[in-house]
Amino acid sequence: MADATAGDGIAPEENRSASGLLLSADGTPLKNSIARAERRARIRAFLLILPLLAFVMVSFIAPIADMLFRSVENDIVADTLPRTVVELQDWDPASGVPGEPVFEAFYADMLDATEAKIHTRLGSRLNYEESGMSSLFRKTNARRLGRIDDTQPLAPQFEKIDEDWATVEPWAILKTFSARYTPGYFLQAADMKLTPEGVESVDETQQIYIKLFWRTIILSLTITCSCLLLGYPVAWLLANLPMKSANILMILVLLPFWTSLLVRTSAWKVLLQEQGVINDILVWIGLVNDGARLVLINNQIGTVIAMTHILLPFMILPLYSVMKTIPPSYLRAAKSMGANDWVAFWRVYFPQSIPGIGAGAILVFILAIGYYITPELVGGTSGTFISNRIAFHISTSLNWGLAAALGSLLLILVMGLYWLYDKIVGIDNVKLG
Amino acid sequence: MALQPYASPVQRVWYYSFRVICGLILFFLIFPIMVIIPLSFNALPYFTFTPGMLAFEASAYSTEHYRDFFTNSDWQSAMWNSLSIAPAATLVSVSLGTLAAIGLSSGKAPFRGAIMAILISPMIVPLIISAAGMYFFYSRVGLQGTWFGVVLAHAALGTPFVIITVTATLVGFDRSLTRAAANMGAGPVRTFFKVQMPLILPGVISGGLFAFITSFDEVVVVLFLGSAGQKTLPWQMFTGLREQISPTILAVATLLVTLSIILLATLEILRRRSERLRGMSPG
Repeated sequence: MADATAGDGIAPEENRSASGLLLSADGTPLKNSIARAERRARIRAFLLILPLLAFVMVSFIAPIADMLFRSVENDIVADTLPRTVVELQDWDPASGVPGEPVFEAFYADMLDATEAKIHTRLGSRLNYEESGMSSLFRKTNARRLGRIDDTQPLAPQFEKIDEDWATVEPWAILKTFSARYTPGYFLQAADMKLTPEGVESVDETQQIYIKLFWRTIILSLTITCSCLLLGYPVAWLLANLPMKSANILMILVLLPFWTSLLVRTSAWKVLLQEQGVINDILVWIGLVNDGARLVLINNQIGTVIAMTHILLPFMILPLYSVMKTIPPSYLRAAKSMGANDWVAFWRVYFPQSIPGIGAGAILVFILAIGYYITPELVGGTSGTFISNRIAFHISTSLNWGLAAALGSLLLILVMGLYWLYDKIVGIDNVKLG
Repeated sequence: MALQPYASPVQRVWYYSFRVICGLILFFLIFPIMVIIPLSFNALPYFTFTPGMLAFEASAYSTEHYRDFFTNSDWQSAMWNSLSIAPAATLVSVSLGTLAAIGLSSGKAPFRGAIMAILISPMIVPLIISAAGMYFFYSRVGLQGTWFGVVLAHAALGTPFVIITVTATLVGFDRSLTRAAANMGAGPVRTFFKVQMPLILPGVISGGLFAFITSFDEVVVVLFLGSAGQKTLPWQMFTGLREQISPTILAVATLLVTLSIILLATLEILRRRSERLRGMSPG
């Protein structure tokens, strides 16, 4: 590196151009030299980051983007029934069952679809929106379509396959969901549905998602509060004990932190059982009658106990690192000026520990709200979270669009909280262990 | 905070009761983990202490559940799967993560905030969302149900930890050392391996341990991305807990607790070494 060697104004006389500009050894103006060196350093730094950035983009960001895309994607109708979709565009549901051109297009599309065996997939897709669509499409199979004589009017022949084809409803559903992008999944995730007449909320008995979101939020808040209640005294003790004893007690906090999530969940599953250790102890002390053992598992209590235990270190560690910076002399000063213990704590110590409370609480809440494993294992049916529903839709009901929409809503919620965390604590200040 | 000699009786009572409360909370933290250790030696397939165990009769204890773990083919294949996936994922996240951390801490990186947010995001996004997205995307490109796909996913989840720990170590790194090395004729590669690497090694290793444990403990993503051939230890435990809970799980849990104790001890040693290298007193 021969450039950028000249110092501030102490360059020898020959390193100046005629116009008085500072020059570097190779004769270029010093300013340009420095700019070039800076640019080179920037490129070098970026090249070091690039492999990981590309890796994370492909292996992580692309999947997330794919999920967001899937929550609105609805190619299946337009891809399976291309001609029908075009014909249905000019049809108005209010004018009754569509005319012969629509049936002709539908007949041609369905012949292709049944041959490719994709008509049942379309049926399952539309069944998410209106039950009965799946069986309707399964009934309209290759064998029945083969009996159709395409020289005769088609509408009555379709009516023979299933009388529903002679009603407005299935056609209206097809028209409503013929667009390539649909808000349908998001509406479902908010307990609403898209109907030919517009957006409606679903029957009261079928409204589950808003309730589930609320339950997730309320249980996460409960867990956050109990973590704070249990974490604050311990963090205070750790921050105020002499280094040696604090380090030993710290092990009791860090060991659970480092222990596998499955290990801790199985420990609680074992402990909380009706014939488990906790009930045994309670019966032995005489607090609980042997015949009336507490039901601590497969309900909300189980979820809250186990998750409080699992997330408690995430509350204690940020609290501890903030409390460590509060000088103990402040408390002594307050007391020397006449404050009693409570006033000194509440007016002097507590306000200074609020950043730690904020950091710990948001961290625990963010982690809690997306939990899947623990609620699944100890939550039963009443203690499950929105994550469990997402998993259900991915692996059991196979309604991937709805899973993606629920996931996107959860992601937005978490990102909002994360933004808040960044404002309060800063991403760079995340500390581990 | 020691108790002052002039403390009033109320203060004395509060001082001791506060310590009792803290003791109970710490007990709550450690008890579930410690209690499974003796339970895993239960001779009977129960999940609570039998009268024989409480009377410390030798016949009430056995290592049967451990024998089951080491002979049962399901558990063994799960263990080997875990032991092949986690190191591979760790290798990817450590090598890419360390390079990126050096680039990020040079102070010259463009769009640092945005890049940092992207690189840290796998740690922030709830696992179920990552799992859902990866399941959708990896099935599109044919990686779903493959060993490579699981490694890729776990490596992505582990990189934020490497970035954070290595960046933290680099804060205390004296940049004039690399300039001195360059001045004496060492090329960038040689400077990196001979000067920079030995000094930031504690951070790199602890980042690696975090990445390893992330992959080793991870169950949500592998549950969706893996096929039966990639069944890992946590997955096997999850299935065991959900369906027919067998006492072998307690033996596995005890072994995993031992592993975390070893990891914790290693990290502590590394932390002290790193502080000594930086000229700070270990505390």
